[in-house]
Amino acid sequence: MIIQKEMITRIFKDLSTAKETGKKVVYTFVPGNISELILSFDMLPVYPEINALQSGMRKKSGGFILDAEKHGHSEDVCTYVKCDVGMMINGNIGPMGEKIPDPDLLLLSYTGCFTFMKWFETLERLYPGVPVALLHTPYQEGHKITLEMTSYMVKQLKEEVIPKMEKVSGNKYSEEKLKMQLANSSKVEDYIIKIFDTTKHRPSPIDAYFAGVYYIGPINIGFRGTPEAVTYYEELYKEILLRIEKGLGPITPEGVIEEERFRLVVEGPPNWTHFREFWKLFYDMGAVIVASSYTKVGGVYDMGFRVNPDKPLESLAEYCMNCYTNLSLQQRVELLSKCITEYHADGFLVNSIKSCNSFSAGQLMIMQQLEKQLEIPVGFIESDLVDPRYFSYSNIKNRLESFFQMLEQRKYILNK
Amino acid sequence: MDSLTEIISRCEELDFDLKFTRAKEWKSLDKTRVLVGYMPIYIPREVVHAANGLAIGILGGGDKKLIIKGDAYYQSYICHMPRSILELVMDGHFEGFDGFIFPSICDVIRNLSGMFQLLGKGRFIKYLDLPQNFKRHIGGEFYKQELQHILEEIYKINGVEVTSERLCHSILMFNKNRRLTEQIYTIRQEFPWRMTAADLYHIVRAGYVIPVEEHNEILENVIRLIQEERGDPLDKIRVMVIGAFCEQPPVGLIRTIEMAGCYIVEDDFLLGARWIQGDIDPAGTDPLSAISNAYLEKSTFSSSVYDVDNPKEGRMIKLMTDRKADGIIFAAPSFCDPALLDHPMLQKACNDKNIRFISFLYSENTGQFKVIKEQVGTFSDSIKLWDEPVLSGNKE
Repeated sequence: MIIQKEMITRIFKDLSTAKETGKKVVYTFVPGNISELILSFDMLPVYPEINALQSGMRKKSGGFILDAEKHGHSEDVCTYVKCDVGMMINGNIGPMGEKIPDPDLLLLSYTGCFTFMKWFETLERLYPGVPVALLHTPYQEGHKITLEMTSYMVKQLKEEVIPKMEKVSGNKYSEEKLKMQLANSSKVEDYIIKIFDTTKHRPSPIDAYFAGVYYIGPINIGFRGTPEAVTYYEELYKEILLRIEKGLGPITPEGVIEEERFRLVVEGPPNWTHFREFWKLFYDMGAVIVASSYTKVGGVYDMGFRVNPDKPLESLAEYCMNCYTNLSLQQRVELLSKCITEYHADGFLVNSIKSCNSFSAGQLMIMQQLEKQLEIPVGFIESDLVDPRYFSYSNIKNRLESFFQMLEQRKYILNK
Repeated sequence: MDSLTEIISRCEELDFDLKFTRAKEWKSLDKTRVLVGYMPIYIPREVVHAANGLAIGILGGGDKKLIIKGDAYYQSYICHMPRSILELVMDGHFEGFDGFIFPSICDVIRNLSGMFQLLGKGRFIKYLDLPQNFKRHIGGEFYKQELQHILEEIYKINGVEVTSERLCHSILMFNKNRRLTEQIYTIRQEFPWRMTAADLYHIVRAGYVIPVEEHNEILENVIRLIQEERGDPLDKIRVMVIGAFCEQPPVGLIRTIEMAGCYIVEDDFLLGARWIQGDIDPAGTDPLSAISNAYLEKSTFSSSVYDVDNPKEGRMIKLMTDRKADGIIFAAPSFCDPALLDHPMLQKACNDKNIRFISFLYSENTGQFKVIKEQVGTFSDSIKLWDEPVLSGNKE
């Protein structure tokens, strides 16, 4: 945590002095987050989704969303977008209290989420004159990546994205620099799998959802490809191995989970506005999340994919196509099934997010498929990303309590 | 020749025949014929036609289908259309369909393609990833590959070789279809009282469920009939309806807008039928490239298409000028990400140009229109009574 805090502090400091130092700022997204390429041009990435979720955790998102709605945004649409627009209307002061610099480039990595395209079309109007580089990531509708899909993306990188990055940054594309970044990313991807695989242990040393979103922080907020990220994940893995040695459960804000009563796989993003309260509901029940789909939203490595520095642009393309919400529903079912089986989960829980159709549409069918295939108890709760109006504590608690009772009863029957 | 009333009545029957009787009859006459269902908004139907197929537009159950099973698969904050589509699937309405194409519009339709796969429907499911890069050698190449995959899937079913000649012929048929449709819109632009917007809707929508040859005949007959004077001009304003390009409004809603004092002179209800502006060039030895190039260069504007290099606000305003409309009605389905995320941009453009607009939400099975009628009526009155012309040619 200490290393991570230092990394975050540094990145926000760099951002706050970007205009003085002359560093160019690129807004982009977490899924399809090709920060290796951005960093190879010596530019700084900013992730509006991360700003939004941080605003949610700091209880600022509600006000931003209302301001965006006053400016014509519908109640029905993505609250990450509205939070970002609202933050911009209010002077673009970021969640840490410092002004987020305006973008010099909008890298529209259109990966796994239609709303991303509309988001940056909106930002393009709000930041007139800022160029947009579109990278259209084809959907894995055939449950695999084909050469055609990769070729389409590589051409876009070569003819659309890289030229715009060269123009904005004033630097030429350096394949050598990119390869070095990707070599670091490949190491990090290995560590991420090792880290999330530790939940196979009983008790699990980590929570792969609530704590998991912290663990994927560095690679999702601009440290992909950096030596710092390699160091961070190396140290994190060592720390977790120590916890396994000592038989310790996950750390939570309420303390260590002493007794692991239930092991769960969770599908869907967490709620950010009531993150700690939400986590505590699971802590109170001794429920540990051993795998989650949201921690794979910035890249899926479970099926063996790793970036290959020898094929830099192909790697970037395939990385984008391998982000969780760019997988077909069938692939999502297979991945979740693998997690439930390999991590010895007692149950599967969906946290359905009101404003995220990319995750939410089809979740009920995914749930039904897993229940049928694995004969496993499934639970379903609903909340939102960063709109506090859509988090009902009592409703969620009621549903979770029923779900945990069902798990308890099942354990009793199976043990008889 | 049938009267206009008879034609419209027949079209209405076709539109809402959720058993797709005519299409299934068509298929039964030839073993090599295939039925390919497609979701909104646009697919190049020429490709299916050339492969001896009939592309059937699947627009949900509207207000004609009670949803029970479909609701079990969707949360309350997802739009209505996928629920009714699933209901149709599970009630066997698509028995006899050979495949389904899901063009990229939004995440809900994208994931619906996955649900069809999980349910094992059709002999092929194709998510058609329409390119958002509009360069011929980049987006165009990828798009042609996507279309080739569709042809390969249909070939596996019926063994029909799609030659250049077949594809060119199909292009000619659909070019004619688009020209005839546009001609009707042009006539209605000048003489909107000769046929209501609801009747026009029935006629265009019928083209989604019958062979293009039959639909072209219907359109030709309609044009002949509405070129003659009929009906009485009324003191109504002229409006464009924008945002209803996917989940369709109930026909009652279209009628309500016109009863409340508006002539709808332009809309995006069945945008797929009018997607390509102008003809696709059928000449040359590579008609698949011609179809691809037409998509890249002659597409209309849409909320599901990346527009930074060709902003939709300007195109919307130009269309309004061309149609001599007095105002815009933004009508979007509840929870429709593409339409609703575009509203702030489009409405700001209207404000900047002093264009009058109103906005409301609907769903495909909205049954109560009183509130909308009042809203539209007030809008219409405010323009008639108090408005100054803001765009040249706005008012007659």
